[in-house]
Amino acid sequence: MNPAMNSAVTSTMNAGMAPIATPWFFYALAGLAVASGVAVITRRNAVHAALALIVTLLSVAGLYLMLYAPFVAGVQIIVYAGGIMVLFLFVIMLVNIERSSKERQFNRMWPVGLAAACALMALFVSAFTKGRTLFPDRMISLPESSNTQQIAGMLYGEAGRMGQYTFAFEIASLLLLVAILGAVIMTKKKI
Amino acid sequence: MPNFIMSYLGSTVTPGEAGNQFWALMYVLIIFAGVSVAVICMNWIERKALAHFQVRLGPMRVGPHGLLQPIADAIKLMIKEDIIPAEADQFVFWIAPMIGLLAAFTVYTVIPFGPSQAVSDMNIGILFMLGVSSLGVLGIVVAGWASNSHYPLIGALRSSAQMVSYEVAMGLAIVSAILMTSMNADGADGTLSMIGIVRAQQAQHVWFLFKFFPLGLIAFAIFAIAMVAETNRAPFDLAEAESELTAGFHTEYSGLRWSLFMLAEYAAMIAVSSIAVTLWLGGWMRPFPNFLHAPAWDFIFSLFPCLTFAGLAAIAFIGTARMPSHSFFKVQRIGLAVFSALLGFIALLLLVIAIAGRSADMSLAARFNEGIGYVYWFVLKVAVFMYLFIWYRATWPRYRFDQLMKIGWKVMLPISLGVLMLTAIVGVLVK
Repeated sequence: MNPAMNSAVTSTMNAGMAPIATPWFFYALAGLAVASGVAVITRRNAVHAALALIVTLLSVAGLYLMLYAPFVAGVQIIVYAGGIMVLFLFVIMLVNIERSSKERQFNRMWPVGLAAACALMALFVSAFTKGRTLFPDRMISLPESSNTQQIAGMLYGEAGRMGQYTFAFEIASLLLLVAILGAVIMTKKKI
Repeated sequence: MPNFIMSYLGSTVTPGEAGNQFWALMYVLIIFAGVSVAVICMNWIERKALAHFQVRLGPMRVGPHGLLQPIADAIKLMIKEDIIPAEADQFVFWIAPMIGLLAAFTVYTVIPFGPSQAVSDMNIGILFMLGVSSLGVLGIVVAGWASNSHYPLIGALRSSAQMVSYEVAMGLAIVSAILMTSMNADGADGTLSMIGIVRAQQAQHVWFLFKFFPLGLIAFAIFAIAMVAETNRAPFDLAEAESELTAGFHTEYSGLRWSLFMLAEYAAMIAVSSIAVTLWLGGWMRPFPNFLHAPAWDFIFSLFPCLTFAGLAAIAFIGTARMPSHSFFKVQRIGLAVFSALLGFIALLLLVIAIAGRSADMSLAARFNEGIGYVYWFVLKVAVFMYLFIWYRATWPRYRFDQLMKIGWKVMLPISLGVLMLTAIVGVLVK
């Protein structure tokens, strides 16, 4: 953290409400996210795993709030915890939990999973160690109160200029539209 | 630290913004207590109103006109045996009512009862409200599953499908209201903050209900329908459809746990009504705050809370006078007379505050008077919605599930999309 940025963050804090016990909140949320993340993959009961996943998503939303990104936190809660997890539970509830929890796992994919997990871990470690030079550090000094406007500016552009991520955003929405159409076609026998 | 406590009283921002933890906690406690009392009152009013709709008397035995019935019910529920079915998933069964209750009460942190009468003003206020209130369905879904029984499971499945479908139309209606906040004459940015939304209506001199007539009205109508579905109330109460599913998702619940579900349902009803009031009905603003803006008008409108309580006292007094003069009714008559006197005393107190605080200076009495006015108009508007919830329940038969889905996806979603686009187009043209 360079001094200029530090002072920017401090002034934001003084203007708004001063955060209290910030490291404690971080450790509590991060610990909760990790613990419930472990619970997601260790619970044999699928509904318990889904509930643990909700806790993970909520604590990650809390971490977004601590990063002065309230809009992302709100969207995380609405889309993932509120919408997608309800659909997850909807599907899981129709599964015979007792039979499926006693069933032996019949695929042999754990080496692939392990390799993928190790690769992801390596990515995180490298991002952690080299992150200082990889990412533009001015992002962190976004004032909390205009966070939504800043995101809108990046996605849609401002003052007649195309935003930084407009193209990627439009591509992503096209991809989602294709997925929606695919789902409709799969469920409809005759269109 | 009395200075720390007293210094906030003259402030014009929420305790969250002022960074005053003591008053934030106080507001949380006041709102929690207020909502709980409102739920108790709502319980009585619903039973009485439904009874009168059906030409019955409703509760009459416990207290005068059954006024103490909710308290009797609460005591009964607390001492009732709390049964957990043997085959139920114990932990999930235990945690499900808590999820619903937590989600229903957490949203009250951002509800603006006045420009400074809220726990906090988040700049993502409406997003926060939508997100947290959508978590409430998890409680219902999980409760239905954990009961390990057929009817609750069907209730939970219906509820989750219903919530997911109506949230879409609801969200789009809200987006079109948020779009209106950006259409200021002075070019100020739009906002997601609940307080900012009401301030935008004040700056634009119009409730969003009447903006771009009839676009605001249609968006509001869609929200008003979707919010009934979101709270699982009649005619969309398929999750608990007592004629088909016994009691739906809470069939296996009893005692205190069941009452937590009821508390969560009513708290969620008040919360969604507050969203509707904030977005479309001008929140805490009294009628015509810009048009009838003079100290005399301010004073006349500040008399309304006093007049309301005086009217209630008069009704209670008429009830006392009309009580049959049989010795059997003696206790009830005294009780109602005391209740009437209590209401009259509150009216007197409000009158004193209104007169003491009629000057527009920044004295404590004036600030207090102002605050009472804000909270009064907000609560009055919410109360209209709460009465509508009862009225719907008394009037309309329950929808069939396929009809429900058809209305949600084929009627409300296209209309709300169309309204959103038209609002954007009109907004650009007007600008």
